[in-house]
Amino acid sequence: MRWNRPAAIALRHFYLMRGSPARVLPIFAWVAVDIVLWGFITRYLNSMFGPKVDFVPLLLGAVLLWDFFSRVLHGVTTAFLEDVWSRNFLNLFATPLTVTEYVTGLVASSIVTSALGLAAMVALAGAAFGLSLFSYGAMLAPFLLVLLLFGIALGVVGSALVLRFGPASEWFIWPIPALLSPFAGVFYPVSTLPGWMRAVARLLPPSYVFEGMRGVVSGGTVAVAPLVWGALLAAAYVLLAGRLFARVHRHAVRTGLIARYSAETVS
Amino acid sequence: MDPILSVSGLSKRYGETLAVDGISFAVAEREIVGLLGPNGAGKTTTINMLLGVLEPSGGEIRIEGIPLAAERSRALARTNFAAVYAPLPGNLTVLQNLRFFGLLYGVPHLRARIDELLEEFHLARFRDVKCGVLSSGEQTRASLAKAMLNRPRLLLLDEPTASLDPSVARDVRARLKGFVDRGSGAVLWTSHNMYEVEEVCDRVLFLSRGRILLEGDPRRLPAEHGRETLEELFVALAREPLALERERA
Repeated sequence: MRWNRPAAIALRHFYLMRGSPARVLPIFAWVAVDIVLWGFITRYLNSMFGPKVDFVPLLLGAVLLWDFFSRVLHGVTTAFLEDVWSRNFLNLFATPLTVTEYVTGLVASSIVTSALGLAAMVALAGAAFGLSLFSYGAMLAPFLLVLLLFGIALGVVGSALVLRFGPASEWFIWPIPALLSPFAGVFYPVSTLPGWMRAVARLLPPSYVFEGMRGVVSGGTVAVAPLVWGALLAAAYVLLAGRLFARVHRHAVRTGLIARYSAETVS
Repeated sequence: MDPILSVSGLSKRYGETLAVDGISFAVAEREIVGLLGPNGAGKTTTINMLLGVLEPSGGEIRIEGIPLAAERSRALARTNFAAVYAPLPGNLTVLQNLRFFGLLYGVPHLRARIDELLEEFHLARFRDVKCGVLSSGEQTRASLAKAMLNRPRLLLLDEPTASLDPSVARDVRARLKGFVDRGSGAVLWTSHNMYEVEEVCDRVLFLSRGRILLEGDPRRLPAEHGRETLEELFVALAREPLALERERA
C-alpha cells in the first residue's frame, strides 16, 4: 500500500467539507437533535422514577453510541458517494490507486468526521444533561472500537451495493441503522426479543456493546468474553466487506460498469 | 528496446457483441498514434482497456513492458489520460484537483509541478475556481494539466480538443507535440478532426467494427487508397469497410 493514495482520498474529502457547510452541518445537526430529544426524555424519566435508576447513561448514552455507529457507516458511504455524484470513477480508477487504498481512504475520511461528531455529541450531552462517557470506565474503548469496526463494515457493504446497482440504490444505505436498531438491543436487553430476533442479534456486534453497557450502568460485572466475541465478529465483517467491495469492483471492471457508470446503471 | 505501449490480440466481448476483435499494435517512444474510426468502432472500448477500467476478454497490454493485467498499479503509474467525457470533479477547484490527482500518481515536488502546469495551460487565474464553473474549454485545459501531472510515458487522449476553439486547440496540439518531441513519452490520440490528425499524428490506425482496417502515415494514406484527403478516406472506410477488406484480400 502506498499511503499517499489513501491520503489523497481523505484530502479530497477534507477539501469538500471545508468548502461546503451543507456537508459539515449534518455531522453535528442530526446527532445534536437526537441528544436534545433523548436528553429531555431521560430527564423526564428520571423525574418519574426517582434516584433508583439513572436513565442518562442508560438511554442517552445508548443514543450517543448508536449515533456514533451511524456516523461511521454514513461517513464511509458519503465519502464514496462523492465520487458517484461527481462522476469521478473513470478519472479515479484510471490512476494507480488500488481497491484497498481506495477503501482505506474512505475509512480514514469517515474516522475523522465520526470523531468530530462524537466530540460534539459528548460535549453537548455532558454540558446539557450531565452525561459522562467515562462513567463506562475502561469498557468505553472496546465499546467504541466494536461500533467503529461494524460501522466501517456496513459502510463498505453499502458502497459496494451502490457500485453494483447504481446511484439510485443509495437509498438502501440511509435507513440501515434504523433497520438494525430493534435487533441490536440499543434501548432494551436482547432477552426481551422473540427467539428469531435474538438469533439475529447474536450476529450483530453492537448487541454485545449495548448488553455490556447496561451491565456497567447497573453496577454489575461485565462479561468480557461476549464483548471480545463481538469485536472478533466486527473484525470479520470488515474483512468480508472488503472482499465484497473488491469482488463488486472486479465485476464492474469486467462488465465496463466503471467506465460508463451513470444514473440508472444496473448490469 | 520495448515500445511504450504494446497491444497484442486485444479483444472485448459483451455477450454476443464483439466490440474489439483481436487487435494488435504498438506505440514507440516519441510517437503520436491516431486511433480513428466511426462511432461504435471500438476506440473508446480500446482506450478504456488501456486505462485498466475495462477488463479485456482476451489479449495482452504492456506499458513499457509491464503487463497491465498482472501489475496494474505499476503500469498505470506510467500513463495518464484526458477525455472529453471525463471532466475533473466540478466540486473541487483546479488547484485541489491537481493536488488530489498529483497525490494519487505520487508526483514528486508536487507544488512546483502544479505551478508549472498552471502556467503552461494558462490556468493560473483559475487555480481557486471550482472546475464545475469553468467553460468547457477551460475544463479541457484543466483535464490536460491533470493528464501531464506525472509526466506520463504513455498519454491517452480521447478527443482532447473536441470542445476547444481553433486557437486554443492549436495551442494545445503544439504543447502535446512538444511533450513528445522533448522525448518524454508517447501519445495515443483519438479524434474526429482529420485536419488535426494529419497535423499531429505520425501514424494512424483505422478501426472499424473492432478491427484495425488500415495503418500508416496520415499524410500518405489517402493517396495510397485513391482519395484526395484523409477525411474522404475516413468517410469511405466508415461507409464501406468491407470494400477495403476485399481490396486488401
